[in-house]
Amino acid sequence: MEFFLEVLTGGLLAGLMYSLVAIGFVLIYKASGVFNFAQGSMVLFSALTFVSLLERGVPFWVSFAVTLLTMIALAWAIERVVLRPLVNRPPITLFMATLGLSYIIEGVAQAMWGAQVHGLELGISDAPLEIGGMLLSQFDLFSAATAGILVLFLSLLFNKTRIGISLRAVADDQLAALAVGIKLQRIWMIVWAVAGFVGLVAGLLWGARLGVQFSLSLVVLKALPVLIIGGFTSIGGAIVGGLIIGASEKLAEVYLGPIIGGGIENWFPYVLALLFLLVRPAGIFGERAIERV
Amino acid sequence: MIYRESGQFITSYQADHRIFKLYQQRWAFYALLGFAFVIVPFIGNDYWFSAILIPFLVLSLAGLGLNLLTGYAGQISLGSAAFMAVGAFAAYNFQVRIEGSPLLVGFVFGGVAAAIVGVIFGLPSLRIKGFYLLVSTLAAQFFVTWVLTQFGWFSNYNASGVISAPSLLILGHDFSSPAGRYLLTLGVVTVLAFFARNIVRSELGRHWMAVRDMDTAAAVIGIPILKTKLLAFAISSFLLGIAGALWAFTYLGTVEPHGFDLSRSFQILFIIIIGGMGSILGNFLGAAFIVLLPILLSNLSANFLAGVVDPGQLENLQKIIFGALIIFFLIKEPNGLARLWQLFRERARIWPLRF
Repeated sequence: MEFFLEVLTGGLLAGLMYSLVAIGFVLIYKASGVFNFAQGSMVLFSALTFVSLLERGVPFWVSFAVTLLTMIALAWAIERVVLRPLVNRPPITLFMATLGLSYIIEGVAQAMWGAQVHGLELGISDAPLEIGGMLLSQFDLFSAATAGILVLFLSLLFNKTRIGISLRAVADDQLAALAVGIKLQRIWMIVWAVAGFVGLVAGLLWGARLGVQFSLSLVVLKALPVLIIGGFTSIGGAIVGGLIIGASEKLAEVYLGPIIGGGIENWFPYVLALLFLLVRPAGIFGERAIERV
Repeated sequence: MIYRESGQFITSYQADHRIFKLYQQRWAFYALLGFAFVIVPFIGNDYWFSAILIPFLVLSLAGLGLNLLTGYAGQISLGSAAFMAVGAFAAYNFQVRIEGSPLLVGFVFGGVAAAIVGVIFGLPSLRIKGFYLLVSTLAAQFFVTWVLTQFGWFSNYNASGVISAPSLLILGHDFSSPAGRYLLTLGVVTVLAFFARNIVRSELGRHWMAVRDMDTAAAVIGIPILKTKLLAFAISSFLLGIAGALWAFTYLGTVEPHGFDLSRSFQILFIIIIGGMGSILGNFLGAAFIVLLPILLSNLSANFLAGVVDPGQLENLQKIIFGALIIFFLIKEPNGLARLWQLFRERARIWPLRF
């Protein structure tokens, strides 16, 4: 039982790391209906930029600010070059455009900063901490706290600021938002910039965990089932989905793995997400689409 | 006035059902086929066969398979490589387990096995749509690779999980030389492309397009959604499975499950985006583009940019160019190279006038 709880909590904490990536997706999907496959590359790009600046002797907060500015510039460029010409196209086209975008971002990131693995030290030890008889990683606790703060910050942004209210208006009904004079293009830029910021935070945490390298862009594949379970349009859903995926993945690896063979964490979340979909086709918190002919 | 349709009247239903209705198109097509089957085997060299023509043909077939599913039936898939892997490993096992079984039957068996797996992973498409369906195909992608590496039975207990092509014998003729492998691939691809072309203009093809454009509306007018979607998955996976078997047998010779990873699925998706969704010709144009572009880039950089671009950067450069091209095509020509070819033909018809 002790062991079970320890695996479960470890999985839940790891799941929050998935949620961090998934939140970036949800933001963009809500505001512009774009399924942004490039979120993983944005995570990689921001982490690589940050680490490379750090390695060149730039102080922590300065590199953080510079990376954030880069992500904002990237959001501006994406809005201008990719999203604006593709306005009113079917969602599938936009998805494929973000696929192309992810190739560009990955190529640029590696061409600029090289393909080697960079270590990233955030100054938080990974030593286990004993809480209530369970051994928990300090780093996991730290990233869980970060995810919590981020969600708090985002919900404040969405509910209390003028920008946030226009973001929600756009998410609700683009045409109506346009009609009351909300600048759609500006909203898109802001939302991509915020997603870039979320990507930066996720990139730092994941980078500190795995090392900053190309495989960081593959966390997008972990975030997909999280999104499916939580629903594409709900930040709370992303968190819950992350927890479910994280916990079940770890439990499956520990209890199911020895029976059917190791390495199942690659596909297990997907099968789980599929089972969820068969019961609830729009995820737990997703909006059920009503179709009219 | 490079060619004209004037004077060519369709006087029978049979003539109306032709794939190429104008005799100029027909003769151009026959000439192309004759050139590919008769002349190319004599003038091509081994490099051309092994590094350009065979991968081009196999990728065209794979693109064709995905295009039926995504371009015609509107079900987006990121699991194409998994179905290729199923086809390759099934064809291999058929050859290994059954002594002296014919090669072409092995290909068909590979295709059928892939079709069955495709239907299984296509089942969720009845309940979930759009991006949610990506998850099902991604599940196929990861699950199939895992199964093929995890269980040694599939690779006949090869220590590194690699399968090797059997001897390519058909009715006593050996097709193992590069030109022979080219001819074998070309034959299979020609037959299947003909098959696919005829399916998309049949009732089933029109059902696919109705489902693609709006599946609720298609259901309302009485199209059986279940049958239509599952057939799309089955036929698409069948073609992908045979493409996988060809990839393993005639192109690479030996292949491991990780040769069919997610990046291969992306590659096939890019073929149909660049070539043109909902087009048969587009797959060939897109595959030619995908095969030739890296070769062109490395030649260019070797000849003109030697010393300027370091070879390690070439791959990054290639990635950037591919990504930019995808976005460029989606913005400027969403129907891909096939549409450009169509525009060119319309221009040629009225040339030298413009309108």
